[in-house]
Amino acid sequence: MAKKPVTFILNGSERATFAEEGLNLLEFLRRGIGDLSPKYGCGQGTCGACTVIIDGETHLSCLTMAVTIEGRKVETASGLANGKVHPLQEAFMEHFAAQCGYCTPGMLMSAKVLLDRNPAPTRADVIEAISGNLCRCTGYEPIIDAILATANMRRLA
Amino acid sequence: MRVESYATLAEAARAMGPDAVFMAGGTLVMRDVNAGTSASRIVRSADPVLTEIRSTGDGVSIGAGVTMAQALANRDLAYLSSVARSVGGPQVRNMATIGGNIFAHHPYGDFAVALLALGARVVLAGQGAAKPLEDVLRERGRSSTSPIIAAIEVPRPRDPRAFAFAKVSRIKPKGVSVMSIAAHLPREGGRIRGARITFGAMGPTPLRATAAERVLEGQGLDAATIARAAQLACDGLDPPTDALASAWYRREVAGTHLKRLLEKMERG
Amino acid sequence: MIEFRKEFFANERDDNLNEIGKPTRRQDILGHVTGRSPYFDDHLFEGLLHIRCVRSPHHHARIRRIDVSAAEKMPGVVRVLLGKDVPLNLNTLLSLLDFGLDDEPVLSTTKVAYKGEPVAAIIAESEAQARAAVLAVKVDWEVLPHVLDVEDAVKPGAPVVCDVYPSNKFIYHGKFDHQKLRYGDVEDAFARADHIVEGRYQMSPIEQAPMETCGAIAAPEVNDRFVCFTSTQGLFFSLGTAAKLLTMPSSRLHFVGGTVGGGFGGKVDSMHEPLAILGAMLTGRPCKYAWDREEEMQVGAPRGAERWYIKDGIARDGRILARKFTGYFDSGAYTRLSSYAIIKGVGHLPGPYTIPNVYADVFCVYTNRTPATAMRGFGITGVDFAIEAHMDKGAEMAGLNPIDFRILNSYRDGDMKAHRRLAKNCALVECCQVVAEKGGVVLTQASRAATSLLDGGGERARLPSRTATDQNGIVSGFKGGNYAKKGGGASAPQPVALPIAASAPTPAYPSPASVRPAAPTYQPAATPPPAPQPPAPAADTARHGALRFSSLSGFRRR
Repeated sequence: MAKKPVTFILNGSERATFAEEGLNLLEFLRRGIGDLSPKYGCGQGTCGACTVIIDGETHLSCLTMAVTIEGRKVETASGLANGKVHPLQEAFMEHFAAQCGYCTPGMLMSAKVLLDRNPAPTRADVIEAISGNLCRCTGYEPIIDAILATANMRRLA
Repeated sequence: MRVESYATLAEAARAMGPDAVFMAGGTLVMRDVNAGTSASRIVRSADPVLTEIRSTGDGVSIGAGVTMAQALANRDLAYLSSVARSVGGPQVRNMATIGGNIFAHHPYGDFAVALLALGARVVLAGQGAAKPLEDVLRERGRSSTSPIIAAIEVPRPRDPRAFAFAKVSRIKPKGVSVMSIAAHLPREGGRIRGARITFGAMGPTPLRATAAERVLEGQGLDAATIARAAQLACDGLDPPTDALASAWYRREVAGTHLKRLLEKMERG
Repeated sequence: MIEFRKEFFANERDDNLNEIGKPTRRQDILGHVTGRSPYFDDHLFEGLLHIRCVRSPHHHARIRRIDVSAAEKMPGVVRVLLGKDVPLNLNTLLSLLDFGLDDEPVLSTTKVAYKGEPVAAIIAESEAQARAAVLAVKVDWEVLPHVLDVEDAVKPGAPVVCDVYPSNKFIYHGKFDHQKLRYGDVEDAFARADHIVEGRYQMSPIEQAPMETCGAIAAPEVNDRFVCFTSTQGLFFSLGTAAKLLTMPSSRLHFVGGTVGGGFGGKVDSMHEPLAILGAMLTGRPCKYAWDREEEMQVGAPRGAERWYIKDGIARDGRILARKFTGYFDSGAYTRLSSYAIIKGVGHLPGPYTIPNVYADVFCVYTNRTPATAMRGFGITGVDFAIEAHMDKGAEMAGLNPIDFRILNSYRDGDMKAHRRLAKNCALVECCQVVAEKGGVVLTQASRAATSLLDGGGERARLPSRTATDQNGIVSGFKGGNYAKKGGGASAPQPVALPIAASAPTPAYPSPASVRPAAPTYQPAATPPPAPQPPAPAADTARHGALRFSSLSGFRRR
């Protein structure tokens, strides 16, 4: 398979490298770039563990062809903390919103986009926002609490 | 494997062949790519015509590359928002396209179910006038070279309450269809004229429930006609057995779900 | 929110709690939220190879021929493994505890007994190339009749799933084709009972479905060792299994684990490490063997299906006089841990109730289904569902509300249990009372006055005067030689000195001190048998501090 050059922005830094045609973005980020935060859960687009943000929207990296991110902005959970932990990360830790932690990077991406667009989400808004991210450990309630708490904290700040 | 990108849809259509597949959002094609079972050439196009949404008087022309999320954000497509919202989860809606949904195999293709009920017509790249959606659905997979959809022309119901959609899934808000149902029941003088009722995941493609349509045609929407339509919901349909539900189960519940949808429409 | 009901066991409890009820952050959660927790696949290797297996599409088939010639020539293929490449190609997980007979190949050579069973492994430069090469392997199958139902599998003439156990039943103690529990005489009690309640309960296999699929990456290290990053829940179990199958001393293995993306019991079968390490051994390069989601669902071991028949004999006043169980665990095509599940399950019978006559026959049955493994409450959850569903039926028959019925029949401190041990630290009565309170269920005066502390013992501490035993299901041609030696006592081997009191029940997985695989043959340390305990003096129920709820291994007082 031929390798095509790809230039894109990852968590604020410009990257230039090569990707095989046919390689999905998940494998490309993990093994090509070395960003191990998005995870493989199904390879079919049903679990959300591979969720990343492309140009401000959540996408499933396992169903995105790597060469299609040319010139685009990609964000992963690795880039969430900027010197210090992001309020969402702090809230997840405070509210026991992770047990095995495998769904967490994808979950944080969905939560971030929600709060970037809707600073005062209802519980139903949060449920809809994370409906594409499966979690087998927490039963979702602590995750919903953490996201609502983050929104509340920001409103009070 | 090769990925070929074309500036215009016309070039992309000419590049198609038995060894190629067109990729829009990638939510279906990439599954095959990941499994190693896809065609050896992936054809893409960034033609702006694919993401246009144009109001056309009695309807809307939707570019085949419009995503579910873009449809949800567009005021002209408000009458289809419940349908777009039912597709996948938020990430899938950012990627999945209206055109792609028409090629989605069982049990997917919920948006196509709604389009079929509305009598949508499909403009195929390089193939002249729009064709009825049922023709495109019927011909799906028959030709060794798949056509590429350029746009879908969707009539807008004169009365928004005359159109309704329901997705039946075990998990909500995001879950795959056990079945989906759409109904367009325009009225003239209180009587239904041009009834269209469609089911998804009840056959190889979205299909019309013609027996139920005949019951409603020319009638008002009341308890008696609803009950009769529900009774005949599956007539002429041969629902499949798959990992989600057995044919028996689908037959058992289809009438109940149709009844609920029609009752909702009756209440207005 | 935790609610402390300090009125219960008031003089035995110590509510000076340091951690319970206080928010303590998980030590790994910073890694989870920053995407830095190192799951097995979060390690980068130069030249990583990918392993994918050729799998049986049939439930049951003989392998006439495997033709890998085309696959070997495909782009990116480095090596193709067959059963003959595996140093020791037959195992059973619990051989580490000297329990059971080796029955399962790593890569099958003569036949397959479940859909998805691996018969060859492709090692290639990329996952895509490995997948393509798998499709190019031609296997000549002779499809055999299969059996998918536990009761069909034990009928005479059923297809033999696993040649090691020709009756499709695991053989216990080299003697019986099932686990027996005999206590009192159930048939006699049924004759005397006022009500008979029968039930049949069925539980399907349940897929654990962790977010992370099972897998391992192994690589050669420069000191003649192999490092293996694995998703396993049982690191030392996997270490021992790999050492055995690869016939290498465990000192040559460097296992790294402990960061698991969900397991729930589904990551205990040690399927991936041996093949990944073998790949690294034979290619000299790092090798990854992981399931994709489809394999995790189809090939990965689920919680085993169970079928239970329960028959109760109940007196007019609602006391259960006798309970008879016939249980079938669907082990699937191979034993794995199911033999042990039955031991746990039978140890649990008849449930937390004092019943003077108990009979159980529990079978570990082989079918042509995916081999089963552990999941939350391994061996117990299924039979508990059956028991509690059956209790509700009994309550209805006896005309009592289900909670009164349970309190009436609950065990109390000092009661003799069907295993000839006295019950202690009982709390079911109190749990039922609180449940009734929370649920707004009005209990009888007797139920409200009941207590685990006082109502037990005395007559209830006596062993039955007579127990009906039998030799049903006795087999010949199997050796004993497993940890559950009969008789115990002087002839039982003494346990290795452990820092904690050695009266612990046999642990599911051996602690590090007791696993010492030798190079040529396998000699695990002996563990103590569950010997019957003499009844404790009935009057002595005094406890110090918070011991009521800490009667697990180590802190039990005699």
